[in-house]
Amino acid sequence: MMNSAVSANSGNKAQSVFGSTWVRVAAFVAVAVFLVVAPFFIYPVFLMKALCFALFACAFNLLLGYCGLLSFGHAAYFGSAAYICGYAAKTLGLTPELSILAGTAASALLGAGFGWLAIRRQGIYFSMITLALSQMVFFFALQAPFTGGEDGMQAIPRGHLFGLIDLNNTYAMYGFVLVVFLIGFGIIWRAVESPFGQVLRAIRDNEPRAISLGYKVNRYKLLAFTLSAALAGLAGSTKALVFQLASLTDVHWAMSGEVVLMTLIGGMGTIFGPVAGAVVVVAMQNYLAHLGSWVMMIQGATFIACVLLFRAGIVGTISAYFRGRKGDVPGSH
Amino acid sequence: MMELLGVSTQALFGQVLIGFINGAFYAMLSLGLAVIFGLLNIVNFAHGAQYMLGAFVTWMLLNYLGINYWAALLLAPVIVGFFGVLMERFMLQRIYKLDHIYGLLLTFGVALLLEGAFRQQYGVSGMPYAIPSQLQGGQNLGFMFLPNYRAWVIVASIIVCFSTWFLIEKTRLGSYLRAATENPKLVQAFGVNVPLMITLTYAFGAALAALAGVMAAPIYQVSPVMGSNIIIVVFAVVVIGGMGSISGAIISGFGLGLIEGLTKVFYPEASSTVIFVVMAIVLLIKPAGLFGRAS
Repeated sequence: MMNSAVSANSGNKAQSVFGSTWVRVAAFVAVAVFLVVAPFFIYPVFLMKALCFALFACAFNLLLGYCGLLSFGHAAYFGSAAYICGYAAKTLGLTPELSILAGTAASALLGAGFGWLAIRRQGIYFSMITLALSQMVFFFALQAPFTGGEDGMQAIPRGHLFGLIDLNNTYAMYGFVLVVFLIGFGIIWRAVESPFGQVLRAIRDNEPRAISLGYKVNRYKLLAFTLSAALAGLAGSTKALVFQLASLTDVHWAMSGEVVLMTLIGGMGTIFGPVAGAVVVVAMQNYLAHLGSWVMMIQGATFIACVLLFRAGIVGTISAYFRGRKGDVPGSH
Repeated sequence: MMELLGVSTQALFGQVLIGFINGAFYAMLSLGLAVIFGLLNIVNFAHGAQYMLGAFVTWMLLNYLGINYWAALLLAPVIVGFFGVLMERFMLQRIYKLDHIYGLLLTFGVALLLEGAFRQQYGVSGMPYAIPSQLQGGQNLGFMFLPNYRAWVIVASIIVCFSTWFLIEKTRLGSYLRAATENPKLVQAFGVNVPLMITLTYAFGAALAALAGVMAAPIYQVSPVMGSNIIIVVFAVVVIGGMGSISGAIISGFGLGLIEGLTKVFYPEASSTVIFVVMAIVLLIKPAGLFGRAS
């Protein structure tokens, strides 16, 4: 990667998962190889779900982990993209790639608007504003005629990719989801490692100083927010095609809480953390689904345990172990 | 039947009353949030769950122990307040030095845990709680019918809000509290037991939420989801009013309840979102909130 020098100079320890960029590239390749062969011995729908939520969590982490902004309303972008993508595929009859782009574009617009409002306040107010705005989207989805209300939007066709490849084939769909994930993950990685990402970290660590250095902090925040919302939308659109369903669950505040939990478990401010966290949470939901509301209680208990005992998260703890020192937690100053 | 702006006065005053009732709950809850935030610097996401807990304790006292509404009005806040003491001593105390977001995340976890537990036990449909016999019936005011219980809730909530305001702004204890909000170290140096004060403040906030829950039990269904439904609206109320001032929290609580009620008359489709729209407008015009100090 071009900017290992930048990383080394910045003096910021929370940004990289493992010591050198080459180790990270190797880890990335290993994960990619695993993901290609995985559907042949793990239930593919589970993998696709995990990939969608991993992308969602990575997009969320771009904002929380690198910019220090806790958005408590990311379900709004995930869910509204799912609805728009479903509408495009089902009612307008667009091809899957165009439907996904439509969903992503819609959530990017929504994110730009909401972000523009929310960055007017800092800290804890920012979280409350994003939560309130996302609740507005929830009520809109509940009442709007095209969303199907309580039933949700069902039987969204997966269609033919570029009009050629039939995505009703599970392996074709898996391949498509994997490519979408890798594109989204690549964008996030590139953003985080770029000078843009360095400015975001500067804002996270000391906003007044970033301002005094001449950075237009609000522009950076808004760009990060829009990018994060767009990628959350990419994840939501893809999820709508995988399950052929967009429902109120996708825009509910509990979904916003889940993505926070994924990032917290995996380790905020680490590039692979949200992926690990998403796998853990999705697995938890899958294997504990029959327990009903116990899932909610377990998630609550996990939140408490993570905040009190395990703030660095899975990947943060592992990387701290490799470095032989305590992991930094972004925002713990 | 009289008509006003194409709406019958009966419907208009009915909705204004409902708006006032909702406003009373917004005011009491945002008040507790403001008190807790002032001293602890924590946004208490569990506030909704504590409100729900208050309603459930009331329901349980009646159905399991046969204890009536009036006793519950005292007992439920005490029980939930004690729960607040435990929460502060064993959890919140460990995270004061960390970034504010951890307080939000921790209390969010507590809220999920409580809501999940009650969902598991009682389902989501909600259970009725009878209005106490002394407050059944109502008054015909000529232009509208005013149920006694609703009149009681409005009066009681105004008393609660006023006493809290008086306690914090006008008494010696309140002055310690306000001083500790500004500079806890200095106040401790003067011999005031600040950690104890913090614990009791959190317990007081939780008890206030529980008191609102007791009053809500006969009006809304006692349900595990009642807390999370209201807390998000209360957050919006707090953003609009600003958490800096006690009176600001009270005024914006009642005001927004009223706006919500009026929207239900004139444009019902927007009634569930109007508070969020108001929040967006306030953020555009006065980002620090109507009564807030610039951050």
